[in-house]
Amino acid sequence: MHKKTVVLNFPRSLTKEPITYKLVKDFDLKFNILKARIKPNEQGTLVIQLKGSDENMQKAFNYLDEIGVQWEALSKGIKWDDSICVHCTACTSLCPTNALYVDRETMYINFDHEKCIVCEMCLTACSYKAITLDI
Amino acid sequence: MVKTIAEINEKIRKGTAVVFNAEEIIDVVKEEGLKKAAEKVDVVTTGTFGPMCSSGAFINTGHTKPRMKFQKVWLNNVEAYTGIAAVDLYIGATQLTDDDPENKIFPGKFSYGGAHVIEDLIAGKDIPFRATSYGTDCYPLKEFETYINIENLNEAYLFNPRNAYQNYAVAVNMNSNRTIYTYMGILHPNCANANYCSAGQLSPLLNDPLYKTIGIGTKIFIGGAQGFIAWQGTQFNPTQERLANGIPVSGAGTLATIGDMKQMSPEWIRGTSIVGYGVSLTVGIGVPIPVLNEEILQYAAVKDEDIIARIFDYSEDYPNGKPGYIGEVNYKELKSGQITINGKEVPTAGLSSYAKAKEIANKLKEQITSGEFELTEAVAKLPSPESGLKVKPLLLR
Repeated sequence: MHKKTVVLNFPRSLTKEPITYKLVKDFDLKFNILKARIKPNEQGTLVIQLKGSDENMQKAFNYLDEIGVQWEALSKGIKWDDSICVHCTACTSLCPTNALYVDRETMYINFDHEKCIVCEMCLTACSYKAITLDI
Repeated sequence: MVKTIAEINEKIRKGTAVVFNAEEIIDVVKEEGLKKAAEKVDVVTTGTFGPMCSSGAFINTGHTKPRMKFQKVWLNNVEAYTGIAAVDLYIGATQLTDDDPENKIFPGKFSYGGAHVIEDLIAGKDIPFRATSYGTDCYPLKEFETYINIENLNEAYLFNPRNAYQNYAVAVNMNSNRTIYTYMGILHPNCANANYCSAGQLSPLLNDPLYKTIGIGTKIFIGGAQGFIAWQGTQFNPTQERLANGIPVSGAGTLATIGDMKQMSPEWIRGTSIVGYGVSLTVGIGVPIPVLNEEILQYAAVKDEDIIARIFDYSEDYPNGKPGYIGEVNYKELKSGQITINGKEVPTAGLSSYAKAKEIANKLKEQITSGEFELTEAVAKLPSPESGLKVKPLLLR
């Protein structure tokens, strides 16, 4: 089994295609949608975590290439700088996955990179520029 | 058991003073009882670290040659007030750069302002400086541009009109369709999150709710330096409704503080960019409370669960100055990360850092224990709840 997080960019013509359904049915991939922005007649973006065999994963990427979906590994990341953070906790209630969380004993905050889906809510919430987008 | 500040200072000098922070003292009193604890403990240290907009710095740059009477000045493109003597100026924390886009593209970022200039000065950075004037016989120069550095300034001291609010509101957004961007942070519609801003059981004025020891002239930790309480803060409102334990249910007392920026550290003074709202200064303040008697200790042993805060709607009621509040919660609940409002579970977040407040209380404790920091007697009292002093609105006439 292999796990990969990718960003899919759909052209307008493909926003009605059941692409995730195909990924499951034809390539036996398990998926977890982390972020989606797909509106009819607009370009769509999907951040998706895929799990499956290396072979199937490769086939799925070939399929995406064929139909014209641009895909790339998720390379953007949220960077939390402990030395700048004042641990006010303002970001934590806005974080949808608890990637930024409070140790309730000490009231210091912490960042679990694994849980982050790069929704960028914390970027605006931080008043101290302790959170940046690492591209 | 009655102690004097002089006796406590004698112990501090000898290195025998017994000091606890305002969190630790809760258990000490619980375990040993009020009477025994009051005999044993000399000082309780408090702390707070949060955005305090009513802050700013007086600076004297030294005279130029030829001389100049500053009429307008900019520090790193942030304008400062010069309506005082020739080369004195006051830079306010919330002043924006001249070309800040403000909220033109909403919500604005407010990435740099007076507070950041203050932080940069304290960090020892060179700050671009520009001045213009009309010229006089004694002050002929009309334009001047240079860099300033805190090292070369004659004076640079924070003089903050209102810091360390005694308790504060909990903010929510009851509007059904719009996220709001307030000085209390980002608030999602339908009461989806709640923000609070107090260090609760560590906060200076919540540990001395009736101002029995904290007064004008009290020496404090401010921004890493030893400073003083200069006056009651603006909007001082001692007649706020109080619980039986003396704790006001919302904002009440405030402190005007003063301290030498040359002794401060950027660790404890931080420029703050509040999205959609503006710039503020996050100030670290610690106030020692001398345990002169059991009553004072009882107040200083206050717990988060005994401190109530009221919940206000920042979408409609607060901006329009409407009275009324949505509910009451205590700080234990607020700090748990979730409260219940009208039967709904609402996640909470702080704007004032409890973790940093504790670091400040501990730093002050170390300084007192090591003899670095002696206590002062207040030279005058802050207005008491009995004074009848009440905060007033500005009326249209």
